[in-house]
Amino acid sequence: MTTDKSSETPSTGSGQAPSTGSGQAPERDKKQLSQSYWALVWWRFKRNRMGIGGMIIVLISLICGTLFAEFFTPYLVNQQSDYIEARPQWPHFIDPDGKFHLRPFVYGLNEEIDMTLHIRVYTVDTSKQYPIHFLVRGVPYKLLGLIPMDTHIFGPDPDDPEAHVYIFGTDGLGRDIFSRIVYGARLSLLLGLIGQALTLIFGATLGAISGYYGGGMDMFIMRTTEFLQAFPREPILLALASIIPDNWDPMWIYFGLTIVLAFVYWGGLARQVRGLVLSIREREFVLAAQSFGASDRRLLFRHLIPNAMSNIIVNATMMIPAMIQSEAFLGFLGLGLRPPLTSWGVLMNEVSSVRAIRYFPWLLIPIPFILISLLGFNMLGDGLRDALDPYSGR
Amino acid sequence: MITYLMRRLGYALIMLVIVSFVSFLIIDLPPGDFMDQKLAELSQRGDRSAETRIEEYRAKYGLDKPLLQRYWMWASNFVKGDFGESFQFERPVKDILGERLQMTILLAMFALAVMWIVAIPLGVYSAVNQYSLGDQVMTTIAFIGMGMPNFLLALLVLFFAVVVMDADITGLFSREFRDAAWSLAKVWDLLKHMWIPSLIAAVTGSAGLIRIMRANLLDTLGMPFVEAARARGLKNRTVIWKHAVRIAINPLVVILGSEHIPGIINRNMLLAYILNLPTIGPVFIGALLVQDSYMAGTCLVFLIMLTLLGNLLADIGLAWLDPRIRLE
Repeated sequence: MTTDKSSETPSTGSGQAPSTGSGQAPERDKKQLSQSYWALVWWRFKRNRMGIGGMIIVLISLICGTLFAEFFTPYLVNQQSDYIEARPQWPHFIDPDGKFHLRPFVYGLNEEIDMTLHIRVYTVDTSKQYPIHFLVRGVPYKLLGLIPMDTHIFGPDPDDPEAHVYIFGTDGLGRDIFSRIVYGARLSLLLGLIGQALTLIFGATLGAISGYYGGGMDMFIMRTTEFLQAFPREPILLALASIIPDNWDPMWIYFGLTIVLAFVYWGGLARQVRGLVLSIREREFVLAAQSFGASDRRLLFRHLIPNAMSNIIVNATMMIPAMIQSEAFLGFLGLGLRPPLTSWGVLMNEVSSVRAIRYFPWLLIPIPFILISLLGFNMLGDGLRDALDPYSGR
Repeated sequence: MITYLMRRLGYALIMLVIVSFVSFLIIDLPPGDFMDQKLAELSQRGDRSAETRIEEYRAKYGLDKPLLQRYWMWASNFVKGDFGESFQFERPVKDILGERLQMTILLAMFALAVMWIVAIPLGVYSAVNQYSLGDQVMTTIAFIGMGMPNFLLALLVLFFAVVVMDADITGLFSREFRDAAWSLAKVWDLLKHMWIPSLIAAVTGSAGLIRIMRANLLDTLGMPFVEAARARGLKNRTVIWKHAVRIAINPLVVILGSEHIPGIINRNMLLAYILNLPTIGPVFIGALLVQDSYMAGTCLVFLIMLTLLGNLLADIGLAWLDPRIRLE
């Protein structure tokens, strides 16, 4: 009982954070009465600038990264080049003579060896200029794995074999960091989405069963979640992730990691759903359905879970960033996804030494992208939480 | 009160036994053990007696015995205050943790102090001046800070320190002070290193506190007893700090107990790992990574003890702060 109290009080505290203050206008009341629940949700959500902002960030990262990464990058994910750990070639508009070019260009790089540090350094060669072409022919790929294409949103001049555009530099194998960030979004975001989907299935079902049947089943499930929550989050993730054998097929590692994440995160959701089911179970419409002889399964999946859905959705959106973050954290320690795959965690693993930060700081460029997409999911979740409660009359 | 405490303690003990066994099991689950890694390393170096040496180690640490027997051996010694030996350091776990305990607590307390000193006034300001420019700026920053993983922030700070400022911020002491006796200069050196991890911890930690403080105080300020206090003609400051904040702070006490006390080990683990601080966090991560079972197990058990203790302290603290809450 005391565990209940300590785990729930803070969340209700933050849950009550008021968002949009608004006076009730009479015409708004009329509109509210005649709209369906989801229309109301959308109508409320639209007015929340932060939620919309979050939705835009999430959509952009899903479209650019998860769906069409091949189109939005100049190079393929594991395409290597002779430029090893090259510095970023920032796009320029004004050349050394002070002339303005409408088409941005990058300067060429000259490779040198720093004899004291024994590392490659690149110097900017302003005599070589490579214009950036947009919607340009490049390496062929298959869009969505189906449609063969060779158009990239930007890239070097396809007719000049010397030309190259690494706007964020390259990594230790000469791969374009910008491209890797975009491709990394694919696996990282998908991991969050799939992991969250698994959590939803486990958590919501177990929570609903727990709340609906009560008794021994409830006791068992609740003790299990309490037990899981007694473990500190990061260490348990670390320990579980290191169970996945190194020599597995990368796709299996990916799958294993999603299961680990779902396993660690389902408890909170199950407890929340249980609470909701307990309160909905006593409502008149459920009792009515029950007295008509509806089966347990029908009650559970037609009445209880759909009514708890809005809370479940909010919880899900709020947990996705936690999962993406966990993947980055595990990847950083070398326990997440492993190289041939590219995710944000794998990119983070490349900056896990002070040496990398000192000499190749552009390997840190993925961090702002990770932070922005995490923020996007948080903003979306916050907006949804306010919007999904339209009858609250706030 | 006594029965309540006894019940809590009994529950905690059962929990400890189960959790320690399960964590032992989980640490043991990955294929191979620490000695396999060590064997590979030794034979790579061309050590011919590697096989026999590893066998000796295995016998010494009891790794040749089945899991249950090993757990029992470790657990029964644990009760007597012997936590076993760390494989990677080849020294007793107790000594290694003992050396790092002081700095761990110091750093955690410092970070906590910074966090609370920053968060409470800002949260109160935000609530009292709701929708003012300051409130909006603060709410936005808190929102961004809350979603920010502190190890990513630590990497960015490390970048600024190393590349932009060309400073050495890893560790807690400069080289010349590392083994020196305590002196004023050493304390100053420590403070020079400590503000960075504390600041990072405070930025990410206080964001959530500010939000909760603000939301709760807003609720409390609308309550009749606050109105009554104002009606009695009390000064605004007294009304806010003595009447409203005292009630609104309850959830923060729960957080202090249930998150910040176990957080002494847990919270800034990765941050400490990146900045290479001499605290318990980095050795804990290291132990989990290389399957140093006794070390990792000991850290986990202490962590869970702190969690249970923190929850208990939070409940007692709440009952003391808020007379309406009874412990039964």
